[in-house]
Amino acid sequence: MRKVLLWLPLALFGLLLGIMGHGILNPEQTTVPSRLIGTKVPQFDLPAAVPSHAALKSSDLASGKPILLNIFASWCLPCITEAPILEELKAKGVTIHAIAIRDKPEDVARFLSDHGDPYASIGSDVSSRVQISLGSSGVPESFVIDGKGIIRHQHIGDIKVEDVPKILKALEEAR
Amino acid sequence: MKCFALLLLLLASPALADSRMGAAPLANVQLTDVRQERQARALMETIRCLVCQGQSIADSDAEMAGDMRSLIRERIQKGERPEAIRSWLIQRYGDWVTYEPPLSVTTIFLWGLPVLLLMLGGGLALGRIRRTSKR
Amino acid sequence: MIAELGLGLLWLAAGLAIIQSGLGMLGLWQTNRPELGNAVRPVAVAQALLIGISFACLIYLFIVSDMSVKLVVANSHSDKPMLYKVSGAWGNHEGSMLLWVAVLAIAGAGIALAERRVRRDTLIATLMAQGLLALGFYAFLLFSSNPFERLNPAPQDGQGLNPLLQDPGLAFHPPTLYFGYVGMSVAFSYAVGALITRDVGPAFARAMRPWVLGAWVMLTLGITAGSYWAYYELGWGGWWFWDPVENASLMPWLAATALLHSVTVLATRDALRAWTVMLAVVAFSMSIVGTFLVRSGILTSVHAFAVDPQRGSFILALMLIYIGGALALFALRVGTVREGAVFEPVSREAALVLNNLFLTVILGVVLIGTLYPIVAQGFGQQVSIGPPYFNPAAGSVALMLIVVMAAGPLMRWRSDSAPKVLRRLAIPLAIGIVSLLVVRLLAPDMGVLPWLGLSTALLAGTGSIAPLWKRNLLRTPLFTWGMVVAHLGVAVALAGMAVDSAFFKERLVAVSEGQTTEVGPFSVKLVSVEPIIGPNWTAIEATMEARRGDGQPTTLHPQARNYSTPPTDTSEAAITTHIDGQLYAVLGKQGQDGRWQLRLWWKPLVTFIWLGGFMIALGGLLALVGRVWRERRGMKSEEIAA
Repeated sequence: MRKVLLWLPLALFGLLLGIMGHGILNPEQTTVPSRLIGTKVPQFDLPAAVPSHAALKSSDLASGKPILLNIFASWCLPCITEAPILEELKAKGVTIHAIAIRDKPEDVARFLSDHGDPYASIGSDVSSRVQISLGSSGVPESFVIDGKGIIRHQHIGDIKVEDVPKILKALEEAR
Repeated sequence: MKCFALLLLLLASPALADSRMGAAPLANVQLTDVRQERQARALMETIRCLVCQGQSIADSDAEMAGDMRSLIRERIQKGERPEAIRSWLIQRYGDWVTYEPPLSVTTIFLWGLPVLLLMLGGGLALGRIRRTSKR
Repeated sequence: MIAELGLGLLWLAAGLAIIQSGLGMLGLWQTNRPELGNAVRPVAVAQALLIGISFACLIYLFIVSDMSVKLVVANSHSDKPMLYKVSGAWGNHEGSMLLWVAVLAIAGAGIALAERRVRRDTLIATLMAQGLLALGFYAFLLFSSNPFERLNPAPQDGQGLNPLLQDPGLAFHPPTLYFGYVGMSVAFSYAVGALITRDVGPAFARAMRPWVLGAWVMLTLGITAGSYWAYYELGWGGWWFWDPVENASLMPWLAATALLHSVTVLATRDALRAWTVMLAVVAFSMSIVGTFLVRSGILTSVHAFAVDPQRGSFILALMLIYIGGALALFALRVGTVREGAVFEPVSREAALVLNNLFLTVILGVVLIGTLYPIVAQGFGQQVSIGPPYFNPAAGSVALMLIVVMAAGPLMRWRSDSAPKVLRRLAIPLAIGIVSLLVVRLLAPDMGVLPWLGLSTALLAGTGSIAPLWKRNLLRTPLFTWGMVVAHLGVAVALAGMAVDSAFFKERLVAVSEGQTTEVGPFSVKLVSVEPIIGPNWTAIEATMEARRGDGQPTTLHPQARNYSTPPTDTSEAAITTHIDGQLYAVLGKQGQDGRWQLRLWWKPLVTFIWLGGFMIALGGLLALVGRVWRERRGMKSEEIAA
């Protein structure tokens, strides 16, 4: 018994080391995925973010065909690098709706004229209310929503060139 | 802003910037009803900030934390129960978002831990004291 | 040239560390050749000298802003104030590791020169362990984090130091913690040395004690200062967040506190032999676990610093070798260590065993709570562990610990009777129970933890001065004073925590210039908001006048600062200290209507938290001075007798 007890500290230390080693290989995740994937988009009705674009409400998203919902902001730098890729997606026939977070109309307008405008409609979410109700934790983020208005896929961070096939596949599967 | 600054250094990415919008209506304004404000504050202290992940939204400068505080205060003002708001947030962000996770095997283990350690250590110490006092 | 000199000296010092540990091993093995063992001491001193100069080289490079050195470029800037140029030398991973090993070597030289209490072979074994320990960190520095690396071509200027770290308090925060960690490593080396030579006894405990005490004082100061830094710098009036990095500094402190008490039992009563050795190993491993948690980036933290997973693996490998080795040695050797002296269930030893039990349980709770998110993630869960867990789980055990803290010093060594102890404790116990009732009546809304905390603080406050009762205060030994001051400090800090968390007043408002608002007993007027320019920042500064009743107004100047290198925004809280608390003001953003967002707090007795922390450290210092002084005197009288 005493023998076992004497080796116990070493065993516990081994366990601790194992946990820490495991931690190095799998550091604590910093992205928080939305839990709403597979459920219907929560109800919302946002005013237009710029006069040139239509407003956005949740029923617009259940349009019979899959769409991409992009959450962006004019003050967010990765959104700028994402803009040309969204244009590319639009050229491939993807309908992109957007929600602008904490933005002023003139800033959104400038963003669109500087970095391109792939959006069918842009809702304005001045206090991140809709963003929170979607379980989104930052900008930019994109959701693939199917024809019935069910969230099928979430992309956290800016969509990079290499992410395009993944997004197209998710849109295809949502058909 | 502080946690932004640290995160910036940490990730060395310029991804996080502030918007030009002011804070949401109730982000930094207390509710007039003292009891409601206390409820709101207690809830905010246990909701984890999504942006500066090491803090609760009650003491975070992140804009999104401010928006979440405003959301919580508005809902409490409307008479919603804090626990209902918590489960609404958990529905969206998972257990990650709360520092007071719902009861599960995990949490039972964690809460039992001090008791377990006290009993184990107490047993060891008692054995030692008994053994020596017998001699 | 200086950078190459520094690097050369680093290599030489590493070579000496090899020689130091090699000679130590040979000396222990070939007992018939004493010259081998005798050579260990001068080598230890030489190693300290070389690495000390190497570190001085690094400081010099920072002072002259030598931008051909990579580390200087990454952490300094020529327009930085001198204090932060110097502190930039250790405000980063490589430099702090160099400081660490330099202090370690200097401590080794200190042992080599001054230690005369332990057996000769134990001393050699201790210095051998020290050499091996230093060797690991030399390897770390030379093979994965060379502080003297050059950058070619050299840039025009550096990238600056994180503005949050440009703070006089924080310039000295890391070295304070390193001194603490190094003290723990000396205790570890002693423990390993004593295990090797089977010399676990009072002499060994007495040799180890000043190092444990010194390290503990440093860790206490480090945690206290760090808490105050978070309090005024983070801008929300919080002083403890149970953040992984804070926990990383708390864990070695908890282990050191336990060790400090068990080493006293071993030194005075020759009991708890195996346990004390165990604790010395645990305390050192906790300081490495702490470093690992801070550096590896496996947990998300507000204060993450110099994060790099590769460094994490290196630290892990060092731990595997040193702690694993020490624990294996423990398992093999401690069976042959005789059990120490006996004691009764009611005795001071038993109270100290209880102290160790509670401290270890708190340590376990903090350690497992901190690492749990990683474990849970392995099972596919995402959980967040924070104040709502740590406060009650660790806090309730801490309250029991503090009650024992009040009772322990009133007990006799070896054997005491329960009724007599209760009689000695009568006044503190009565005060505790009465306050429990009175506080509940006066503040029925108070949370359970602050309520119990305040009553426990009153009990422990009176209990901790009880050992001075009916004693000639001038003839009371200095280390007894130290104990009393430190224990009283615990009570004072606890009172501060309880009162602040139960009775703080918060005011979040938007006001325009000239308007007045109320917070707690104060009325605060926002006089004006103006831009100002500092040495390497610009800011918006508010002028506020705070008035309490009809008293004189005090002026506060909270700022929203903007640093250029690297571009960072910080808010500088304005704090005024009063006898019964602090008024805390933060300037927020300007709204669209032109009004300024203010955050104001009245924090009653909050200063007691850090006052208590400093009292604890002061108590440790008094005990350290008292012990060393007495032993010097004892040694002199022995010499005279001889």
